[in-house]
Amino acid sequence: MTQLYALTIGELAPLLRDREISAVELLDAHLRRIEAVDPKVKAYLRLTPDLARAQAADADRLFQAGAAGPLTGIPVAIKDVLCVEGVETTAGSKILAGFKPPYEATAIARLRAAGCVFLGMTNCDEFAMGSSTENSGFFPTHNPWSLDKVPGGSSGGSAAAVAAGEAVFGLGTDTGGSIRQPAALCGVVGMKPTYGRVSRYGLIAFASSLDQIGPLARSVTDAALVLSAVAGPDPNDSTCFDRPLDLSQLEAGVRGMRLGVPKEYFEVAGMQAGVRESVEQALAALEGTGAELVDVTLPHTDYGLAAYYIIAPAEASSNLARFDGVKYGLREARAESLMDTYLQTRRQGFGAEVRRRIMLGSYALSSGYYDAYYLKAQKVRTLIKRDFDAAFEHCDAVVSATSPTVAFEIGAKTGDPFAMYLNDVLTLGGNLAGLPGVSLPCAPAGGLPVGLQVLAPQFREDVALLVARAYEQAGGARAEVARVA
Amino acid sequence: MTLSRDQVRHVALLARLGLEPGEEDYYAEQLSRILDHIERLQQVDTDAIPPTAQVVEVLPVMREDEARPCLSQEAALANAPETEDGFFVVRAIQEADPG
Repeated sequence: MTQLYALTIGELAPLLRDREISAVELLDAHLRRIEAVDPKVKAYLRLTPDLARAQAADADRLFQAGAAGPLTGIPVAIKDVLCVEGVETTAGSKILAGFKPPYEATAIARLRAAGCVFLGMTNCDEFAMGSSTENSGFFPTHNPWSLDKVPGGSSGGSAAAVAAGEAVFGLGTDTGGSIRQPAALCGVVGMKPTYGRVSRYGLIAFASSLDQIGPLARSVTDAALVLSAVAGPDPNDSTCFDRPLDLSQLEAGVRGMRLGVPKEYFEVAGMQAGVRESVEQALAALEGTGAELVDVTLPHTDYGLAAYYIIAPAEASSNLARFDGVKYGLREARAESLMDTYLQTRRQGFGAEVRRRIMLGSYALSSGYYDAYYLKAQKVRTLIKRDFDAAFEHCDAVVSATSPTVAFEIGAKTGDPFAMYLNDVLTLGGNLAGLPGVSLPCAPAGGLPVGLQVLAPQFREDVALLVARAYEQAGGARAEVARVA
Repeated sequence: MTLSRDQVRHVALLARLGLEPGEEDYYAEQLSRILDHIERLQQVDTDAIPPTAQVVEVLPVMREDEARPCLSQEAALANAPETEDGFFVVRAIQEADPG
């Protein structure tokens, strides 16, 4: 029999509803699985078993009363950048060690209200800055499919937890690919919604014009279910919009749809042949189910990385100014003046990548350089968005690989920040243009997962998920649970 | 594009980041490499292109200016490294007048 920890929300829902299993049993199966494999995977920074037990007991009462919803009793892994009231939340950073948020992120409050069971906080690159989870201030996470490899990042802990059967689904955040790329490297489904689809209230901010919260799951329909639960306007986030989200037609198939294939996305630096072949097979499978593949062009692709690595660090340098040793988190006690408190606290508390990006951002915004860097990057961002607008005049969705490579060895790129940045070259365009995007598993290459990315126009999550679902049904690799050995 | 040691020191101070001895060289080298790549933005003709201020079209969001519940003072101070009488405590920001 399939283990309880290997099932999807869709498979668990009838078992819970018909009371063949209880939410407490489901939780226990996950806690046992975590105990067995997390010493190797290290997906979690901290577990919340007491909270989870109380939530599971509440969920069972709801099932008894016939008042349960589609997510009631489902165990979730939460990226350590989303504030859970009263639960230590650190953004993977030593500077926030011990921080217990006095309020809760809207996305978390919505999952709590939906009856989800909170397993714990998952590891991530510090302040979500990275593509391998090696920039965590605590420890690296291991890819469940090959333990000497990275899980991707920055939401690597949530992706690894879902891939290893340590949670039914996870929440992550995506600023330049941080949901989609780890989903690709861990062989799960990851969705970055349209900018403004999910409230960012209570999300520890990295780059406010790019950040979005979204699900990591083991099926496209699970991802859609979670998105429906967390999406929608919030009086606490004025950039969260009230726009229709109809995910009821995901089974409609792609017959007659046009899928845009951007040639630039198949020619990026470092594109592995195995990844390219796997994605081409997936596109052929979609064509086989009735989609038309059309060539589109995204001519400013070569400038995306440069624009992103000005805009995101600039916003980060501003957002991270609040970590000053005064209001929360770490303070260097030996400081002799307030200036010294700032300098020493931020020297002790931030890791190398965060410091690098804060300096890069401060430089790009500093007097004399603003026009040449920040303003220029924002103009190039306009051109990148226009590229997508033009492409969507010829197609319903844009399809490509999610990441140019499969999972790489832990330590392989830590000495070369720029090599690490190249991981995001196919995903960050979606953030710069504010688009929704899904990554889902296609055929593995050399035994390691490969992700197919589907990007859709703003607020058309339904299109991205429909294409993904069509591929999943047409024989796309199912997001299996790794054996972890 | 090469960032000098002095520029790194200046930017680190702007960002209130203390540096260890030797880190100026480390960051000068790494940031220069990243800026080398970023230089390619200058190849793009953007004379007639407006900067992106909001990637999704936003309409102003209005609400009544009414008092609403908020965090208590106790909750707001609960995570602070040092507090006293309902205030955050920091090191003196002005030196005592030597007289």
